[in-house]
Amino acid sequence: MVGRMNPLLRMLVQRLGLAMLSLLLVSVVVFTITAVLPGDAAEELLGQDATPETLAALRVQMGLDQPLAMRYLHWLGGLVTGNPGRSLVSDAPVMELIGNRLPNSLLLAAVTAAIAVPLALLLGTLAAVFRGSWLDRLLNNGAVALVSVPEFLIATIAVLVLSVQLGWLPALSYASDIDSFSGAVRVFVMPVLTLCCVTVAQMMRMTRAALADQLDAAYIEMARLKGVPPVRLVLLHAMPNAIGPIANAVALSTSYLLGGVIVIETIFHYPGVAKLMVDGVSQRDIPLVQTCTMIFCAGYLLLVMLADMVGILANPRLRHAR
Amino acid sequence: MSGDARDQLDAADSGRILDALARGASRRDVLKLLAGAGMALASSSGIVTLAQAAVAARPRRGGRVRVASGTSSIADTLDPAKLSNQTDYARSRMLYSCLTCFDGSLAPQPALAERFETADARVWRFRLRRGVHFHDGKPLHADDVVFSLMRHKDPATVSKAKIFADQIERVRAVAADEVEVRLHQANADLPVTLATFWFAIVPAGTHDFNRGIGTGPFLLKEFKRGLRSIMVRNPGYWREGRPYVDEVVFAGLGDEGARVNALLSGDLDLVAAVDPRSVARIDGSRGYTVFRQPSGQYSNLAMRQDMAPGSSADFTLAVKLLFDRARIVESVALGNAMIANDHPIHPSNRFWFAGLPQREIDYDRARHHFRRSGLGGTPIPVVASPAASYSVEMTLTLQQAARKIGMNLQLQRMPPDGYWSNHWGKSAVGWGNVNARPNADAVLTQFFKSDSSSNDARWKDPRFDQLLLAARSEVDEARRKAMYADMQVMIHEKGGVAVPLFISSLDAHDRRLKGLAPIPVGGLMGYEFAEHVWWDA
Repeated sequence: MVGRMNPLLRMLVQRLGLAMLSLLLVSVVVFTITAVLPGDAAEELLGQDATPETLAALRVQMGLDQPLAMRYLHWLGGLVTGNPGRSLVSDAPVMELIGNRLPNSLLLAAVTAAIAVPLALLLGTLAAVFRGSWLDRLLNNGAVALVSVPEFLIATIAVLVLSVQLGWLPALSYASDIDSFSGAVRVFVMPVLTLCCVTVAQMMRMTRAALADQLDAAYIEMARLKGVPPVRLVLLHAMPNAIGPIANAVALSTSYLLGGVIVIETIFHYPGVAKLMVDGVSQRDIPLVQTCTMIFCAGYLLLVMLADMVGILANPRLRHAR
Repeated sequence: MSGDARDQLDAADSGRILDALARGASRRDVLKLLAGAGMALASSSGIVTLAQAAVAARPRRGGRVRVASGTSSIADTLDPAKLSNQTDYARSRMLYSCLTCFDGSLAPQPALAERFETADARVWRFRLRRGVHFHDGKPLHADDVVFSLMRHKDPATVSKAKIFADQIERVRAVAADEVEVRLHQANADLPVTLATFWFAIVPAGTHDFNRGIGTGPFLLKEFKRGLRSIMVRNPGYWREGRPYVDEVVFAGLGDEGARVNALLSGDLDLVAAVDPRSVARIDGSRGYTVFRQPSGQYSNLAMRQDMAPGSSADFTLAVKLLFDRARIVESVALGNAMIANDHPIHPSNRFWFAGLPQREIDYDRARHHFRRSGLGGTPIPVVASPAASYSVEMTLTLQQAARKIGMNLQLQRMPPDGYWSNHWGKSAVGWGNVNARPNADAVLTQFFKSDSSSNDARWKDPRFDQLLLAARSEVDEARRKAMYADMQVMIHEKGGVAVPLFISSLDAHDRRLKGLAPIPVGGLMGYEFAEHVWWDA
């Protein structure tokens, strides 16, 4: 058992170890980069009204008078024990700031993924099966067109049409206004619509490419000659071999939903963590930036690991150790 | 009984008129009051404007206003000492009151202090209004005032108003309802300074400001940093009959397009800081309108006099002569600005010097001075940034004009992030931006006094510094006016900054929302809108 560890388990153990190492490295890099950004939190907070006296007093209060390495170790020690410290500029606990917003980000990501992933898989599969048909060309060109339009444009046009002109939906999405199903629908329609435009295209094209690759393979030709029905052929023969790259594309797109939706949060005033992190960077609030980065990074690593696991589980050749 | 006392008479009169308005006086009543006070209409134009706006219809009570300002971040604070942007200012005006407040001409009016007096502008007595209570029920006491003013002097408070607070020598409670403020040096503008946001009165000993306990027109119901706050009417507010609306939902929305869209789709009722390019769209939409306020805010091109090329007076003058101000107002600010004259005093200020001729674009004189500077075709970098409003656009027009006389200006566009700490005041030629200040002394002291760290052109003139201090303590209004006129001329002629225009503030709102009138310290009616607006439904 120990010598011949299940490949899935071995991957899991290896990945977890690597993930820890990556997180540590990322935290060092982010800390260093934030530290070399011009100006510190005290200067940002006081701006034009800074006097040498108040700057010095504020730096002491924020702990910015300590050497860089000390500040890093202090933060790291806190993080390991589950307390990433207090935000420099707002003096609120970092966990409280993030705790207020992370559920909103997760909810938005989950709703978007729940719609975008099945849709992308369906469209990608259709495009792969009917390669070269008008449907394939329509989907492909549509995807390229959508992915080329910046999301702020899609979001703004959606607001202009659906809110300003037609008055169907609210232009702002206060997540706290969700008290009923219809309320939730009204809040989520436009952000989710915009995010789907961006993510579906990518996942769809990846699905098509991976599946098309398999459909051209000799074993599919063989199966077809044996008389396997088309649906079975695609879903049970080709798909398991294509699922690895598809799952990775899905993981990449979903991890983007977690921290990369700053435009959506800004335009719809949606209270998520991306805006929090951008605030943190512009205010040089290092503990906040660090903790947000760790969360995004951990989320990303987790998703990629899940994708690899799905790839292994779906593919019999990878499932069994050789 | 000199100029200073006359000031207070004016203040008392306008206060009476505003009170009358608050009680629902008619237009005729107001005019009678104005005539009775013997006020020259010109000098009280601010009050008249305020009066007309307020008298236009009788305010109604009730309703909820949803408002968005242009900034919001995790740095949002309710600590009066740390307020740093329009969102903070507006929130503080809802929760807190100061000893004094501004009227439409920025003259100080009685607020928590029902009377203030001085003999020499150095020792001041403030008599507190009786029967005022904090939001938690505690009655207002002189000790609260002492605490609220003195805490700014402690470096550990990290007050944005420390520079002003350092002028205060001591604050002491004379009686339960009387406070004495003793200054190091006389300052006739003290009541104006005490009306600024930072000097809000909080209960003595407050450490945690997150509850927003003050004596202001609204009670804090919800405060989420970087997201929104909700305030509800304070039934025990000391100004009778105010506020009119029951609830204010206040958010900061960084994206201008999102603000305007949310207004036009009916999700917001009032939005701050509208771009001039959105004005036509808002005016073209049924039911919405733009609220324009002249303001003392300006962007200035600072040419440091302690290094080349600003060390050449001829270069500086040549640049000042190259601004086509009328065109910049029209094409850059789309008409939402006012031509300025290379000094920081706004024409609405009572100390603005009307006798100073307006500087116009003049290629011949500019060429003459530029030749004398001997700079020739040397490339001169000009640092601009979206952080200083219109500075990039103004540099481009300046660059074109400069080319005609052989001056080689090169635009260096910097990102807004970190601009103030990294570039402002550090480059030889670069743009700054100054928000409206409540009085002439504040802006002159901070940006033109020789020893100020914010003197971005490093202009040093001992005679100016003397005049500034003398004017601050001068109680004779006419003499004071003459001194400020001299200072404007000095900056206009010798100063290291070009001030091409004053930027008007633009807000937009639902037409049914009434009660907005200019208080030119900033947008949203000097950030005081919440107390004054009402729904004409």
